Amino acid sequence: MADLLLEIFSEEIPARMQAKAEADLGKALGDALTGAGLAFDALETASGPRRLSVNVTGLPVKSADVSEERKGPKVGSPEQAIAGFLKGAGLTSIDQAEVRTDPKKGDFYVAMLDKPGRLTADVVAEAVPAIIRGFHWPKSMRWGTGELHWVRPLQGIVCVLDGKVVPFEVDGLASGNQTEGHRVHGRGPFTVTGWADYSKQLEGKGHVRLTRAARRDVIAKGIADVCARAGLEWVEDAGLLEEVTGLAEWPVVVLGDMDPAFLDLPPEVITLSMRTHQKYFAVNDKKTGKLAPHFIVVANIDASDGGKQIAAGNARVLSARLEDGRFFWDKDKATKLDDMAAKLSTIAFKEELGSLGDKVERVAALARELAPAVGADADLAERAARLCKADLVSEMVGEFPELQGVMGRYYALAAGEPASVADAIRDHYKPQGPSDAVPTDPVSIAVALADKLDTLVGFWAIDEKPTGSKDPFALRRAALGVVRIVLESENRISLLGVMYAMEERYLQFTKSKLEHYPMAVKSLANVEVKARRGKPSLLTLLEYIRAMESDARYRSYWSQCSDLLSFFADRLKQYLRDQGQRHDLIDAVFALGEDDLVLITRRVEALGAFLDTEDGATLLAGYKRAANILRAEEKKGALPENLSVDAALIKKGPKEEQALYAALTAVRSAIAAPLKAEDFAGVMSELAKLRSPVDAFFEGVMVNDGDAAVRANRLALLTDVRATLHQVADFSLIEG
Amino acid sequence: MPAPKAQPKPKSFQDLILILQAYWADQGCAILQPYDMEVGAGTLHPGTVLRALGPKNWRAAYVQPSRRPKDARYGENPNRLGHYYQFQVILKPNPANLQDLYLTSLYKIGIDPMVHDIRFVEDDWENPTVGAWGLGWEVWCDGMEVSQYTYFQQVGGLDVFPVSGELTYGLERLAMYVFGVDNVYDLPFNDPDSAVPLTYGDVFLENERQQSAFNFEHSDVEMLKRWFADCESQSNALRDAGKPLPAYDYALKASHTFNLIDARGAISPTERQAYIARVRDLARGAAAQWAEQEEARAAS
Repeated sequence: MADLLLEIFSEEIPARMQAKAEADLGKALGDALTGAGLAFDALETASGPRRLSVNVTGLPVKSADVSEERKGPKVGSPEQAIAGFLKGAGLTSIDQAEVRTDPKKGDFYVAMLDKPGRLTADVVAEAVPAIIRGFHWPKSMRWGTGELHWVRPLQGIVCVLDGKVVPFEVDGLASGNQTEGHRVHGRGPFTVTGWADYSKQLEGKGHVRLTRAARRDVIAKGIADVCARAGLEWVEDAGLLEEVTGLAEWPVVVLGDMDPAFLDLPPEVITLSMRTHQKYFAVNDKKTGKLAPHFIVVANIDASDGGKQIAAGNARVLSARLEDGRFFWDKDKATKLDDMAAKLSTIAFKEELGSLGDKVERVAALARELAPAVGADADLAERAARLCKADLVSEMVGEFPELQGVMGRYYALAAGEPASVADAIRDHYKPQGPSDAVPTDPVSIAVALADKLDTLVGFWAIDEKPTGSKDPFALRRAALGVVRIVLESENRISLLGVMYAMEERYLQFTKSKLEHYPMAVKSLANVEVKARRGKPSLLTLLEYIRAMESDARYRSYWSQCSDLLSFFADRLKQYLRDQGQRHDLIDAVFALGEDDLVLITRRVEALGAFLDTEDGATLLAGYKRAANILRAEEKKGALPENLSVDAALIKKGPKEEQALYAALTAVRSAIAAPLKAEDFAGVMSELAKLRSPVDAFFEGVMVNDGDAAVRANRLALLTDVRATLHQVADFSLIEG
Repeated sequence: MPAPKAQPKPKSFQDLILILQAYWADQGCAILQPYDMEVGAGTLHPGTVLRALGPKNWRAAYVQPSRRPKDARYGENPNRLGHYYQFQVILKPNPANLQDLYLTSLYKIGIDPMVHDIRFVEDDWENPTVGAWGLGWEVWCDGMEVSQYTYFQQVGGLDVFPVSGELTYGLERLAMYVFGVDNVYDLPFNDPDSAVPLTYGDVFLENERQQSAFNFEHSDVEMLKRWFADCESQSNALRDAGKPLPAYDYALKASHTFNLIDARGAISPTERQAYIARVRDLARGAAAQWAEQEEARAAS
């Protein structure tokens, strides 16, 4: 058994790329060994600012001999085919092949190929250069006069198998058994024989903590100690911790002081400078819980003065940055927020969609319209929308774009705007990612929805949709944001209604579309938007549009709306799937053409609960049986239109048929009220009453009766069963 | 390899510059003088941007005064200047030990690696104006960016080969760090013990004040716009005549003229983009023509 040590040593690897490269290298080497028939006991990896390392244990010294058969052509095949077979199998004469007999195909040749095992060292010497040449980095480069690509110049390769160097060369760089330690504390070189020796020397004299976990622990513990001594509380930040873990080979935690005079700046300004620009951790005063005038920096050396100069130097840099921050803060506070908002008309939002000022106008109008539906004051929603982008022209946001919204809130508060307006300015960007919270205040909700919906409708209008992995305007995030806000606040909004309303506002920017715009639909939509509160208007609209289908203009407009709606549907699916809902149920409910996300979700939940009961599962099975019979009939030839049940004929039939008819009639009228009241649990408990009659029907009744009239009547009955269930969901899309 | 050691601190700002020049001269660099035109960064000196192109090897180092009209602060900001110095080094092809050579240059100017935390932090450098980009780092000393370190990959929109290593030292910042000074104008320009001790402020404060006033208040925007157009046509005409070097000069003039217009906040964002695109076309065009000629000269 042999152990393999591989280290790829380079100039500083960007922190954000190290963990993935470590995993990729481990996988590539493991795959290459396994692929060559070399099984191993374990493979461990490590990565840091200057190196990726892999340790493979329990490798055989050589792979096993393998013999395999290669099938050849039939006996008596043309000469060319035989020659090709001989060449491919490495034979010199056809006598070296065996002849096999196949009862169907007759006699054919088989070559027996013996592949001798290969030395592990040879496999490694071939695999590692190939891995290095084919390695994927998010961005890679060339250097000097070489042709190789790596993330930064490659400086060395250690490759040791069982204590001996595995010799190979990559672009002029030869593998060896020497590596370097920390630049200042223990550069080396160190000659290594295997992983144990390698990690012992590097972690000892070399002052390199090899694994990410080890560095992370040292940093976390260092911070805890420093904080405990100074009465401070670490503002934990996992992302920053991961980043600094990739920035130091020998991390040492240093506490620095910040001039307390800066504490009158908004804390977001201070923490942004600390974390984003300087990669410092912020700390709170343990007693007050507020930001303390200190910071924590993770250095890459154990300084001979205990870190005094490091602390002082970093403090000076922070001061310079905060000095800039104060300059912008003072300058911005001297400018009226309304004046900033007025400047938005000079900044392009998207060329085809007008300026940011134009966008704000549309958002303000939509926020006002949405306000009643989300329980917000319409005046406040409109005011907040008018101010929500103003800080984009402020000095502070110009310098620190990450502070958009946050600064606007401060400037609004300073100008005496109501708190809900100020909060909406900050929170309308939310949620900014899957882990970010959604706004909860109604005014914030109105503006957040209006802003995102405006963007989505606009980008669809100019046909700039996300494709594949490309989504430069984060439209998926915006749509998912809408889904989350609506569902988490349980607000009832007709997305199609919004699309109609917004389309009108976009007309002036999409003049080419003007002629494609169906004025009739627009006016109908306006009526519907006003009348609508939980009442599906979509079906009415659909019918209306279908009636006009002959007109290409309507079709093109409709396809744009339905495309955006299905974009929302995909986001909703993703969201509900993450919540553990079955995707087939979501499809089943979506198929109804509903555009109210809250309603869709409630249906999905009720349906899921119902299908988990025995009644539900059995009814689904009954439905499938009915649907299969109908589908088979439809295949033969369309079922007659207006197929309706003849009650008189039923009375003459068996009791199971009569019972199903009676139950169906009762259930159909019983679900009308709960459907209208959106009481889906109530609907489901009514549907449950169909279970036994459906079951009994299939047990005791033959649909395919000899009498054509009876047969048609039973098909009609099943059609009604299907239609009744389709009022809740398209059961045909449910699995199981 | 023994642990690195710092040298004694330089006496003054100019001493620091002289040490760097001597050090890089020892590494075989030609010590060039500043380019005699207004530029926004040392990279734009033809000694870097044009020499990075083509097949010929090259090593040079020089101080380049850089003008950034928008950054001017009337001499009132201790860290920000409208006119400052960069020290620029280019080695083509980059030697394999360039990182060590660079770190040694820091030790030479008195930065003690046992006390100061020097870090290479990812920074992908890009200068769209000259169609250039490269990978490298910002070098941080105790959290302050003291240099930009780049391996050029493209210049003028063309892949470069051999690859150059480029180092840009922000001289004032570096000096403020070395001397522990919080205000740039307090830097000792020459030896404080000399007969006429001069600070950075003695040399440059009044210049910053008057130039700031020019940048933000007195420049004649309409005239600058005409100049811009003139520089543009001259540069294009020179390129048509197959003279990329002066064509590049006029691209630089256009670029600085645009920076002056921009400092007045006199153009909308859309117009701004258009100006940048025009400068880019000039600079890239000249660079591409130069590269072509260099290839031809090397081949003949």
